Amino acid sequence: MPEAQIAERANGQSPWTSGFTRDRFILSQLVGRDFKNKYRRSVLGVAWSVLNPLLMMIVMAAVFSNFMRVGGDIPNFPLYLIIGNVTFTLLSDSSSAGMASIIDNASLLKKVKINRIVFPLEKVLFALVNFAFSLIAVAIVMIWFQIPLSWNIFFVPLFLIYLVGFCAGLSMALSALSVFFRDVMHLWSVVLIAWTYLTPIFYSITILPEFMQRLIAYNPMYHYITYLREILLYQQTPSVEQNLICLACSAIVFAVGWLIFKSSERKFILYI
Amino acid sequence: MPEAEPTQIRGAEENLAEQIAKVDFSKRDVSIDVRNVSMVFNMASERLNSLKEYFISLARGKLYFKEFRALVDVSFQVRKGEAFGLVGTNGSGKSTMLKIIAGVLDPTRGSVDVRGSIAPLIELGAGFDVELTARENIYLNGALLGYAKEFIDKHFNDIVAFAELEDFLDMPLKNYSSGMVARIAFAIATITEPDILIVDETLSVGDFLFQQKCEERIRQLVESGEVTVLLVSHSVDLVRRMCDRACWIEKGRQFMLGPADEVCDAYQSMGEI
Repeated sequence: MPEAQIAERANGQSPWTSGFTRDRFILSQLVGRDFKNKYRRSVLGVAWSVLNPLLMMIVMAAVFSNFMRVGGDIPNFPLYLIIGNVTFTLLSDSSSAGMASIIDNASLLKKVKINRIVFPLEKVLFALVNFAFSLIAVAIVMIWFQIPLSWNIFFVPLFLIYLVGFCAGLSMALSALSVFFRDVMHLWSVVLIAWTYLTPIFYSITILPEFMQRLIAYNPMYHYITYLREILLYQQTPSVEQNLICLACSAIVFAVGWLIFKSSERKFILYI
Repeated sequence: MPEAEPTQIRGAEENLAEQIAKVDFSKRDVSIDVRNVSMVFNMASERLNSLKEYFISLARGKLYFKEFRALVDVSFQVRKGEAFGLVGTNGSGKSTMLKIIAGVLDPTRGSVDVRGSIAPLIELGAGFDVELTARENIYLNGALLGYAKEFIDKHFNDIVAFAELEDFLDMPLKNYSSGMVARIAFAIATITEPDILIVDETLSVGDFLFQQKCEERIRQLVESGEVTVLLVSHSVDLVRRMCDRACWIEKGRQFMLGPADEVCDAYQSMGEI
């Protein structure tokens, strides 16, 4: 082994990495870890990532168009539903997992100097991987309802950048806050439930009273979901205004989350 | 004597030159430089785990009322290629010192200069995932320690051989004993020559054969002259065997700094009083 090391030093090849290369390797390892753990010992494995949103859609479509009749007049209601659902799932998965990411890695953070921000960001990345699989489910539903694809599909990457920025901001903020106040962890699940109902996932915003409609205009998730529906369901080009709203929400939340994380991360060790 | 005089002068010159060389040497080759480090914890902040408690104590104006001094004015230097021991009873501040050196905790006062890469031994539960196989964990752990992927690829077999894991590579880690995990941790941390190797109690869970093997490897690293080893242990015998110098920390204060034998003798004699 020493010979190997001498050779390595001579080649200028270091066993160590730093900065971005290191963070990227850690990120890929952690995402791989989460992925393997999610599907370990399940017969269908990764197929669940596609099946789950489909089954969820079937159940919700049955409930909301037959018993509760909120989705009756929305054309292609199942597609409407699944787009809203998978988008919201990206938010709820990434923020819940991101929130616990620092606390869960406490024993590691006490020993090794690691760029701490990789932990909340990794959870967003992992949720994004799952989202990519749910897009296959969305595609299946589109084929089923014979919804044509338009060139507007090229707005999907832009949409993802907006949404991931937004989720990353939340994830960073929550992971930092929950270190200092564990209450955040209990509270967040309630917030998510309220947020689900205040987002037109299974209903149309037009059925709400006017003051509720105005209130929901302040819900970023409403704008993100509408954006994706415009592209995939209605084959519309998102307006400049829509783009600006989504970009602004994303930029603001990301910046605030980053600031909260960066200003407090040095104190984490005292509380974890 | 006229003949003796030049020799004497030359001797003095050599002496001086030697000393200058020594000073230069020690300055250039200090690998861990701990200067007047103090660490103060706010006991109040430790206990505030909920918003309610926070606001109650904020309202009472008692938010920062109790200080705990984990370290008081500790200073020592560890030279490159040296094996340095930290001894002290439970709660004496050894772990706090270690965290500060590892760069995960900022001292309240003073400063720590560390030159080079640090490889800590990671214990079970940190940086390992019990659901993953040993193979997957080697990569995960290596990534967290800061290794490049190509490096792990290349030395994968060395790591496996050292940890004696050949037959269990694809078994989930939850079926491993803590001693076997400690083997992996040690193998990963020492597969390259880190600039600084931090060895703590993690090692003590291995069986005696593996501990011997680890000691052998640590000795090898020390003898290479490139690796600085920082050993933290309750086991005075281990520190005595392995280390050149040691520092005894007690109740956050630096009691003694010197050759490992002397420090260990003093530390042990404390128990006899």
